[in-house]
Amino acid sequence: MMSTYTYPRYPYRISPEQEAGRLVRHPVVVIGAGPVGLTAALDFAARGIPTVVLDDNDTVSLGSRAVCYAKRPLEIWDRLGCGERMVERGISWRIGKVFFEDDLRYQFDLLPEPDHKMPAMINLQQYYLEEFMVEECARQPLVDLRWKHKLLSLQQHDDFATLVVETPDGVFTLEAQWVVACDGANSDTRKMVGAEFTGQAFQDRFLIADVVMKAQFPTERWFWFDPPFHRNQSVLLHRQADDVWRIDFQLGWDADPTEEKKPENIIPRVKAMLGPDAQFELEWASVYQFACRRIDRFRHGRVIFAGDAAHQVSPFGARGANSGVQDVDNLGWKLKLVLDGLAPETLMDTYHEERALAADDNIANSTRSTDFITPKSAMSRRFRNAVLELAQDHPFARPLVNSGRLSTPTPYLASPLNTPDEDAFAGLMAPGTTCADAPVRVDGRDGWFLGLLGGGFTVVTFGDAPLGEVRAGGIVAPVLRIGIDAADAKGRLAERYDGMDGTTYLIRPDQHVAARWRSFDPDKIQGAIRRAIAA
Amino acid sequence: MLHAMPTDAPRHDALNRTPNIPDPDGFYEELIESQRLLSDDEAQLMNCKLILLLANHVGDRAVLTQALKAAGGAGK
Repeated sequence: MMSTYTYPRYPYRISPEQEAGRLVRHPVVVIGAGPVGLTAALDFAARGIPTVVLDDNDTVSLGSRAVCYAKRPLEIWDRLGCGERMVERGISWRIGKVFFEDDLRYQFDLLPEPDHKMPAMINLQQYYLEEFMVEECARQPLVDLRWKHKLLSLQQHDDFATLVVETPDGVFTLEAQWVVACDGANSDTRKMVGAEFTGQAFQDRFLIADVVMKAQFPTERWFWFDPPFHRNQSVLLHRQADDVWRIDFQLGWDADPTEEKKPENIIPRVKAMLGPDAQFELEWASVYQFACRRIDRFRHGRVIFAGDAAHQVSPFGARGANSGVQDVDNLGWKLKLVLDGLAPETLMDTYHEERALAADDNIANSTRSTDFITPKSAMSRRFRNAVLELAQDHPFARPLVNSGRLSTPTPYLASPLNTPDEDAFAGLMAPGTTCADAPVRVDGRDGWFLGLLGGGFTVVTFGDAPLGEVRAGGIVAPVLRIGIDAADAKGRLAERYDGMDGTTYLIRPDQHVAARWRSFDPDKIQGAIRRAIAA
Repeated sequence: MLHAMPTDAPRHDALNRTPNIPDPDGFYEELIESQRLLSDDEAQLMNCKLILLLANHVGDRAVLTQALKAAGGAGK
């Protein structure tokens, strides 16, 4: 197999504490340096938490794996300093084509909403994503990324955990006030705390292959239902960076993973699909079976779970890594406030409430896609095929075609951290919702609204305000005046936030709306801050 | 001006269970005739398409849920 990518080997170094035989208690230890663990390290460090990351390997993801990243994770990575690089390296597609049996049934244009800094999504191999974040971690003095450190066991105490870790230099012990487990679907940490991880395992297998294309091929997403070259199954083709194309073949339950992975079995399949003239080389292939499962509680004492360690979804809709990154976005600021003694420890339980809701939403959505793509009965297959046949001539049927819905953030509409509306608002920015981006001008320079948020709590008000900041407990929320401190460059803020003179939003450190009013009332803002930190 | 609503008149959000098809015998004949030359498989696919076309025409989620129940569906 050829290779467009050279896997970095990150050097193992003995830690000073292991070398000195010293027992150190760290504020936070992250287990696993995948996309979620690395994001956690960068987020925690950006919030001022010294963070140790342990990974049992010394390189990045093998193969492209998670390949599609949606707008919200890109916005989070942009806040952490590596979003622009990912977008630059990644591929954005807009045209999607849906094939059924022998024919193209219809095509669509994603038509992303204008005036957001980040695109609706990009395709990028997971190894690039991780490489960029590892490099960013190296620039952050508060991140201590330790390769070849394998967690052997974990013991919980009232306000810390003891971790036994193995390195090439032997076994040593360290302590952590909080452990954040980002060690994937087969999380050892999850087993160590005895958490339940239950749900539905699907009776299906997928072959995923990275193929290097040598000729021009359109940058479009092609999805086949029941194609002539792969009867009764589905196939997805989309482009990544470096002219590497990702192909996902549904195999069915009876397939033999070892046989299917062999190049001599993959290459004829790809040839049948791309036609006899297509010039390509196989770069990587893997077979997987998927499941939809969720951990019982995202917090077990001093151990917090994020990403696939907490929830596993089917691949349709790119909800795995994307939701894991949003887990971390929710967790970092809460961890910081609790570590600093500015919020009660119960704030950590709202991490479970908010992200378990999102996990359930993702599982429900990806299960719907799975049921459309792989019908479970003869009758549901007939309905599926009827939708696909109608879609060609009847536009009404196209929204029923479900080949995976691009993930969008789940709003925490019923979160106890929200202050319910007492005034009427139009638009989507209800308490618990992720803030929409918009172009702004600050000091004569073009910028983006989200770039002005995310350091801590922020009060955003349309027009002038009586105060420059609002204080509640130890929390200081600066006031950002739209029209004075930042200009609403294209009117999108007023439009997206239903902003009128006096309209005031309290924004959480993870860029979610906590509360909103039609006037600036410091008492109400203070009350909403206290509520948003579970005080 | 207030009109008293007859109790059996369909509400906008309720499944219409009163006769509403003009020429019922003619419609029934047309329905059966439309599938006379189809195999069972073809007829089943056609039924699926018909359900989807009509469901879209109705377009009222509450009515569709009632119709699924009235037809004997065992969903939630």
